[in-house]
Amino acid sequence: MKSEVKARPVSRWRGRRLGAFVFLSPGVTYLIVLLLVPLALVLSNTVFQRGRFGGVVYEFTTENFERLVDPLYLGVVVVSLKLAALTTLVALLIGYPTAYVIAQLPRKWKTVALVAIVLPFWTNFIIRVYAWIILLSGPGLVNSLLGTHMELLYKQGTIVAGLLYSYLPLMVLPLYSAIERLDPQLREASANLGASGFTTFRKVTLPLTVPGVLTGCLFVFVPSFGNFVIPEILGGSKSIMVGNLIRDQFLKARDWPFGATLALALIAVLIVLLLAQAWAARRA
Amino acid sequence: MSRTRFTRRLPAAVAVAGLTLAVAACGGESSTSSEGTTAAAADQLKPNADLSQQTLQITVWDGYTPAELPQKVKEKLHVKDMKVTLHDTNEIAMTKLTAPGDSGIDVAFVSGQYAQALNAAGLLEPIHPELIPNLANLYPEATQLSYDKGNKYSVPYTWGTTGICYRSDLVKSEPKSWNDLLKPPSWADKKVTMMTTERWLALPALKALGYSLNTDKDDEIAKVKDALVAQKPHLLTYDDTTFGEKLKSGEAVMVEAWDGWCPTTDPKGNIKFVVPKEGSDLWVDTMVIMKSSKNKEAAHALINYILDPEIHSWAAENINYKVPNKAAMERVTIPKGSLLGIKPAELLNGESIIDLGQASTKYTRLSTEVTAQQ
Repeated sequence: MKSEVKARPVSRWRGRRLGAFVFLSPGVTYLIVLLLVPLALVLSNTVFQRGRFGGVVYEFTTENFERLVDPLYLGVVVVSLKLAALTTLVALLIGYPTAYVIAQLPRKWKTVALVAIVLPFWTNFIIRVYAWIILLSGPGLVNSLLGTHMELLYKQGTIVAGLLYSYLPLMVLPLYSAIERLDPQLREASANLGASGFTTFRKVTLPLTVPGVLTGCLFVFVPSFGNFVIPEILGGSKSIMVGNLIRDQFLKARDWPFGATLALALIAVLIVLLLAQAWAARRA
Repeated sequence: MSRTRFTRRLPAAVAVAGLTLAVAACGGESSTSSEGTTAAAADQLKPNADLSQQTLQITVWDGYTPAELPQKVKEKLHVKDMKVTLHDTNEIAMTKLTAPGDSGIDVAFVSGQYAQALNAAGLLEPIHPELIPNLANLYPEATQLSYDKGNKYSVPYTWGTTGICYRSDLVKSEPKSWNDLLKPPSWADKKVTMMTTERWLALPALKALGYSLNTDKDDEIAKVKDALVAQKPHLLTYDDTTFGEKLKSGEAVMVEAWDGWCPTTDPKGNIKFVVPKEGSDLWVDTMVIMKSSKNKEAAHALINYILDPEIHSWAAENINYKVPNKAAMERVTIPKGSLLGIKPAELLNGESIIDLGQASTKYTRLSTEVTAQQ
């Protein structure tokens, strides 16, 4: 009797393990075959040399890593960091109040507002970016309406505007999720204890929504940092970002080893950011 | 999902997304060495091979050949099948063609300097002139192109040059020199564009400074960089594709342009093209047969078919590019203002851009240095 009681949980555990294995295997196989193997192949190129006509010569070199610290490429990284950070900051400043207001709306209007936030994603990304040219070009809609001849395109500010437009929903949604889950009684308690609206926000609402802030910042920063379409279309290629640099190594210079090394560096930066986000979210 | 669990799982989700993006950006495949030697001796081809047992796969720029070409080729040459794959740029075609294993491509359309690189890598089948009698339709000049004298491994499809395309009604003086573009006068400030494809980005400054388009000398490339960096604040944008539109809208008044892309036939008649006094290039887009092709007789038959004046004139009539085919050009009615009338002798004044091998990375670096300049 005793042994039967013991045996049951073990077999249940085995069954659960088998179930987990069956259900996980398609996803894990997908990840291994289509993600990890190609990634390993790309990363293995980082220690080889560019062929004279492109391609890879399998002779060991550390030159690709030495080139990473070339001031030319570091300069591009700094510009990318600057533009992505600026985009993230502005997205936070716009996204937080937006998410806050949506969270206070009646249920019906909440849904409408959230659909409106997600709506741009239903249109192709490139088309949305090109639409900005129609708006901002010299003879474009904005200048026509204002009767001006302002130069609005092909500046770093335009790149930030394009990135902001593209990724703002990724800031609003996690913030909304964080604010929505906030217990309203905490704010009421704060008000009952005499705190002003601003103090309540500073001491109660904001600290409790920090994980949402961090997630939103990460969601906006990561795609902004590696973007190469917006600098090209809206920046007129007058400023380049890390994404352009990687694209150019693969498609223009035919220098796959250095392109792979730059991609590795980009992944390393993103992993550091993810770890920092995870650490900060845990402490918040 | 609780907030804590949600945020805890996010990093993993984002890491996966980030890695996926990175792999997508990298193309996700490896490549073997494409180092090569000179082309090996040609295979023996059979002039009377049964083409109905052969299939054809070509890679070409979108819209560069008639859409009905596969159907026509099947009817006329009786090949079993013909497939067309597209590439956006020479570089993407090179990625396909130099990847390990058989690309499956029989005939590729690439620019002359890339044909030269493919040949040097030992990837091209020598052209068998006896299988292409229509080679006789080519202008004599088109058989003496510096990257491939005697059409040993490539057959030219279109050719042209690069110059300044401008709005004659918006310029205060007609441009004559590359310096008009490099140091725009105040009325053209921030109303000029330059190409971003690296060899053409360098072209105006190379010619203005009196250097060869194919220089690999560091001091000359450094001076080109200085000229381009000095020009940058006066530039509207770098643009390889929509400069004609910018000119039509008046957003730009002078642009660096390939002749075929300069809209000189615009009904308003304000758009003109000039090859600056310092000279320019002669670019040639060619057809090459891959050594890996298992359908070489059909590949030769295809090139011969394209060189038929009726077929080849399609490019001039539809994409506004001159074709190096005398018989085809004689069939074309040249519209008013069109640049199709530029004679081969004038084109030959231009310097051919040739492949620079390892030194080509100097131009990639130049391009990065100029575009990264704040």
